[in-house]
Amino acid sequence: MSDTHAASVPYVRDTMLPQNAPPSTAQGPVKWVRESLFSSIPYTILTLAALYVIYLILSGFLPWLLGGVWTTSNIRECREVLDGAQAGCFSVLTERWNQLLFGIAYPQDGYWRPTAAFVLLFVAVAPVLFGNLPRWLILFTVLYPFIAFWLIWGGSLFVPLSALLAALIGYVIYSRIVKKSFAGAFFAGLLAGGVAWVVFSFITPQLSGVLALEPVASRNMGGFMLNMILGVICVSLSLPLGILLALGRQSSLPIIKLICVVFIEFIRGVPLITLLFVANVVLAYFLPPGTNFDLILRVIIMITMFASAYIAEVIRGGLAALPRGQYEAADSLGLDYAQAMRLIILPQALKISIPGIVNVAVGLFKDTTLVSIISMFDLVGMIRGPILASTDWNGVYWELWGFAALLFFVVCYGISQYSQWLERQLQTDHH
Amino acid sequence: MAEQAQALNVSNEVAISIENMNKWYGTFHVLRDIDLTVYRGERIVIAGPSGSGKSTLIRCINALEEHQKGRIEVDGTVLSSDVKNIDKIRSEVGMCFQHFNLFPHLTILENCTLAPIWVRKTPKKEAEEIAMHFLEKVKIPDQADKYPGQLSGGQQQRVAIARSLCMRPRIMLFDEPTSALDPEMIKEVLDTMVELAEEGMTMLCVTHEMGFARQVANRVIFMDEGQIVEQNEPEEFFNNPQSPRTKLFLSQILGH
Amino acid sequence: MTTMSDPQQGSFRLSMLLNDTRYRSYTFQFIALILLIALMAFLGINLVRNLAEAGLNISYGFLNVPAGYDINQSLIDYNSQSSNLRAAMVGIINTLLVAFLACITATILGVIAGVARLSKNWLVSKLMSVYVEIFRNIPVLIWILMIYTLMTAVLPAPNQFRGDNATSSMLFDAFAFTNRGIYIPAPVWGPGSMIVVATFILSIVATIIYRRYAVSLLFRTGKLLPMGWPTIAILLVPSILIFFIMGSPIALDYPELKGFNFRGGLQIGAPLIALWLALSVYTGAFIAENVRAGIQAISKGQTEAASSLGLRPKRVMNLVVLPQALRVIIPPLISQYLNITKNSSLAIAVGYADITATLGGITLNQTGRAIECVLLLMLFYLTISLSISAIMNVYNNSVSLKER
Repeated sequence: MSDTHAASVPYVRDTMLPQNAPPSTAQGPVKWVRESLFSSIPYTILTLAALYVIYLILSGFLPWLLGGVWTTSNIRECREVLDGAQAGCFSVLTERWNQLLFGIAYPQDGYWRPTAAFVLLFVAVAPVLFGNLPRWLILFTVLYPFIAFWLIWGGSLFVPLSALLAALIGYVIYSRIVKKSFAGAFFAGLLAGGVAWVVFSFITPQLSGVLALEPVASRNMGGFMLNMILGVICVSLSLPLGILLALGRQSSLPIIKLICVVFIEFIRGVPLITLLFVANVVLAYFLPPGTNFDLILRVIIMITMFASAYIAEVIRGGLAALPRGQYEAADSLGLDYAQAMRLIILPQALKISIPGIVNVAVGLFKDTTLVSIISMFDLVGMIRGPILASTDWNGVYWELWGFAALLFFVVCYGISQYSQWLERQLQTDHH
Repeated sequence: MAEQAQALNVSNEVAISIENMNKWYGTFHVLRDIDLTVYRGERIVIAGPSGSGKSTLIRCINALEEHQKGRIEVDGTVLSSDVKNIDKIRSEVGMCFQHFNLFPHLTILENCTLAPIWVRKTPKKEAEEIAMHFLEKVKIPDQADKYPGQLSGGQQQRVAIARSLCMRPRIMLFDEPTSALDPEMIKEVLDTMVELAEEGMTMLCVTHEMGFARQVANRVIFMDEGQIVEQNEPEEFFNNPQSPRTKLFLSQILGH
Repeated sequence: MTTMSDPQQGSFRLSMLLNDTRYRSYTFQFIALILLIALMAFLGINLVRNLAEAGLNISYGFLNVPAGYDINQSLIDYNSQSSNLRAAMVGIINTLLVAFLACITATILGVIAGVARLSKNWLVSKLMSVYVEIFRNIPVLIWILMIYTLMTAVLPAPNQFRGDNATSSMLFDAFAFTNRGIYIPAPVWGPGSMIVVATFILSIVATIIYRRYAVSLLFRTGKLLPMGWPTIAILLVPSILIFFIMGSPIALDYPELKGFNFRGGLQIGAPLIALWLALSVYTGAFIAENVRAGIQAISKGQTEAASSLGLRPKRVMNLVVLPQALRVIIPPLISQYLNITKNSSLAIAVGYADITATLGGITLNQTGRAIECVLLLMLFYLTISLSISAIMNVYNNSVSLKER
């Protein structure tokens, strides 16, 4: 057959060949093991070494984890129960559970409040993270900051309600004018919202007892809750600020550009801890005498500034990645700068930037542990301070650090997995 | 001037008048002493080798590029540094780009209604009706809810034309509208442009499609080194070019 | 009508400040400038009033006052009578020391992990992704504190090395891991040791010359000299020969247990080790990702093109893939070095005397000069960051692909 084929140049196939299975040596688990684990002598050595490392880690870790004690009330009892066995005293976690999560000073009967706020957080971010959910859910996202504030800080429901109402009034004014002029609408909305807020602030004190939860001062926040509060608030606040800084840095106006470049490079050039020092000991000097807002608010300001500089750089990358033609098409249709940015450029640039923004958010969330250095009692601060210093649990290190590490790992790994999923989504979108 | 208009058999109403316009990129002199009058209803094709400044010329007309010297008047509005004048001209002059420049995050319909809603302040419903009208005109009303990335190049360019038409422009500029297209898609875009020309739209096209020029243009302008070298009616231009540069250019693009 | 004509030319109207492209950029910038100045003035006035109220002033005189505190790890002469400025210098040197050490180990770790993650050996590549994911998803502060705990709470006290029934023993009689730090042999530079060192440096130069010569020989004649073993030989043989000819001038001072503590050798304090290791493993995980991304960024087409030209796999790596991958890897690598330097400020959490712990910590608390200390601290980090950015820009410009 092949002879005739080679000899006669004109050739037409009359029967198609069916698909055949590959030879057995080229498929199945045997092939996989041979190719991916024992393909050569160095590889075999590597595999065995890796297996040994895994054995070492697991043989040390598993008995410690599985043999652990969960129910004693202090380290001495725990050691008695263990009776010399190498296992963990996880009872420190059960006994100090609430302190680890909520800090020392949060009212005990109010623990459900931050827990509820935490659970609702997932509902609130879901429509932002996943585009295929019903759009009306975004309404809850808008309401969430007010609900969460009320739940965590307590006080009368009318305080966040009046803030919501003021924001609503501002938004209505804005959307009425925005087609005429974005800048006018923006400032009018801001002004209307501000005026409404001031007016309401005369009324709300009268209603202080109505529909009220027990108020909790900011300084009483602690534990992992504090990390979450700082992370969520600072990331959300730094996003709009970062957008403005990125637009400023891309601007053709040299003075505005210079201001943004100096701000961004300055913030990115210094470690977060120095900014926390500023919040702790310096910021008060730059505020009007007598103003005394609490440390957590000052820390939020500084961390927000810190994060916004990094987010600005991410968004600048997104802006730079957009083809020049998008700007030109917007111009040629007669859109002005604000319209072109709001309707054409930013929606696209932000979409490209989301993975980068998520990375900044993960980094920022990890960095919230730094507040323990300026003696705030976040999760790390709680462990280093009240728990390890107490006579009950002095000496239980690995259980506590392991727990802290696990909490952060779960959150950060989860977010970064989401970011990778999103990156894959973006690659396939509309192409 | 009026005689010229009569000679070209179009109305004598001036749509665009460019007088003594010059432009530099840094020290490079891209456009040199351009004088051009476009009458209402004229279809002008601008040809020339790459780098001759033809794209820059039509981009100056709606201020995508700033000219440094001379005067441009579009529909009675002088193109000055006044933002209001620039906005007015841009909303009356439609433009199609080589790479379509559709907005990939918006559907076809949203692409078409965006500018009417935000610039012309047309109510959304009305804007959508207008958009559907023009999408039917470019023969892709059924793609209205898709995204640009889901369309072929030719379809995208027709959407881009419809998007410009939705602003009800009195003048259309085309910047090499078929250069980025696969050969089999060029025709559908050219057909749309021909139809537009037959309706009397004032058009300025930078293009290498000489067949199109013969068919619809009433004037062909040849540019080289930032200057207008020759302009004439298409018959004369193609059959009896005067300048040696024009002859060379025509022999290069029509050679095979 | 020769210049750009404008009907309203000459007649300036106020509305042109907003509507004319020539003026409106000035208007916006002017407004921005006014706002900035107003903000600065607001902050400045508050500062002056607050300082007046507290009876303070801005002064850097405290830098020359004796610091009054001890620093356990210092590379330069320092005692509690030294000035605050001297303490800050100690801090700067300590910051640079730990940053330098961590950069080296993080790079080594990161390159190994990054390459191993691309290994076809499934187990190794999975093990490396576990390393990367675990270390970069847990805050570096927690790593620093964990390793510090390991150093201080788990390692034995020096006195456990004592006696006949000692519970701990030294490694090779040279290394002692104690809760006061790690003791390692210290080199003692005898007479003539400089000659050995000089020989070694010359050997390095010689290897470079040899490799250059081999390449140029290849280019001129097409003859390729062996590269591998001559390099090692030139590098080591002369130094070893000179070392013995000079009568072993470089000796090692081994740490020894004297009384309740080790004497001799080089002591590396637990805070330094904790910081060094934590920064290395944490940043190493990020570098591993950069390395992996860099190698993967080189398209398969490049490898295939090089192989199809008949280059052997090793040459493909050295001549085609690596030069391109380095272009991608080095910029993020340098910014990781910057991150190490900035994260080294967490030294304050374990009491390592870096610049943040001395100037921003003890000096600040003792003198109360918060504004001055924090300002100087920020200036130091800014200087480092801007210098590293400058180096990065020079590098980027020198390697940027020449494109049309």
